[in-house]
Amino acid sequence: MLSERIRDRSGATNASCESVADLLPGVIDGTSKLDRSDRRHVERCLRCQAELATYRKLLRAMQSLRTSHASRPTTLVTDVLAHLEAAGERSAVRAALTGRKVAYLGGIAAAATAAGAGAAIVLVTRGRKGRLPLAG
Amino acid sequence: MHLLAPASADMAALVSAAQAGEHSAFEELVRRTSTDTFTLARRLVTDEDDARDVVQEAYLRAYRSMGSFRGDAQFTTWLYRITANCASTHLGRRRRHRHENLDDEIDVADPKPEHDPALATDGSLLREQLEVAIAELPPRLRAVVVLRDIYDLNHAEIANHLGISESAAKVRLHRARRRLRVQVFPLAGESPCLDPEEHADAV
Repeated sequence: MLSERIRDRSGATNASCESVADLLPGVIDGTSKLDRSDRRHVERCLRCQAELATYRKLLRAMQSLRTSHASRPTTLVTDVLAHLEAAGERSAVRAALTGRKVAYLGGIAAAATAAGAGAAIVLVTRGRKGRLPLAG
Repeated sequence: MHLLAPASADMAALVSAAQAGEHSAFEELVRRTSTDTFTLARRLVTDEDDARDVVQEAYLRAYRSMGSFRGDAQFTTWLYRITANCASTHLGRRRRHRHENLDDEIDVADPKPEHDPALATDGSLLREQLEVAIAELPPRLRAVVVLRDIYDLNHAEIANHLGISESAAKVRLHRARRRLRVQVFPLAGESPCLDPEEHADAV
């Protein structure tokens, strides 16, 4: 446990080791800052200096992983391309279905409009026929 | 824009052609970047099959979003962000579907003799040891330290991808670094065993 580990350190620097220990992982890249008393402590404490040095070593080692690669499965590229193609086909099918749906709905709307217009013409025509004899 | 030979084109030309809808250009981008993308996915989700799923999803999202890539960052950096997002989604989904299987979050102390730092003077042995230690981190800590220390994403980007605050990202980074350091470079009197208190914090 971190606090126990810190308590194991030599008596005079205990409190400061504890306050500094949580900051050290961030000191290496400026994520956290040491105030003046923490800095003074690190300058005098060999243990904290050693710990800080190992964090720097760790960061360098982590950065070196940037150029090391996991061995890629041989079929990965083929699988990715097949996945893209399948997704493309799915979206093409969806687009076609959506297009057809629009066409059907448009057709139904046009038919309904035409039927309504026809019915209106018939009604108007009948109305006129009904009125003509009275006028004559 | 039409590329006659995608295999010999540079990345910028491939990206432009892919944005113009040329499928062969995007295929070539997949070929050139898939090893890096897979490596990142593998580091984030650790399981090879899961990493394959993440990679496939990442390229699909990239393909659909090519139009929104403005070239402010390198194409590979943009792809890493997408991959990190996919990995985060994948891990979240897996956490929701997991019942008793908590293996990936239980770190068992295993101070193997071959992991003695004194033997790790060879860079490749050290890298191998570090990859093992990274894989043993809880996923929440692993994602932050991998994206920050290996792929150099900034805190704001990492926080955004993982849906956490920037200060939470920094706290996780510190915890991850501390655990890695104790695991890989233990000081005298430190055991690379898991600290139960930290484990409780991290899960």
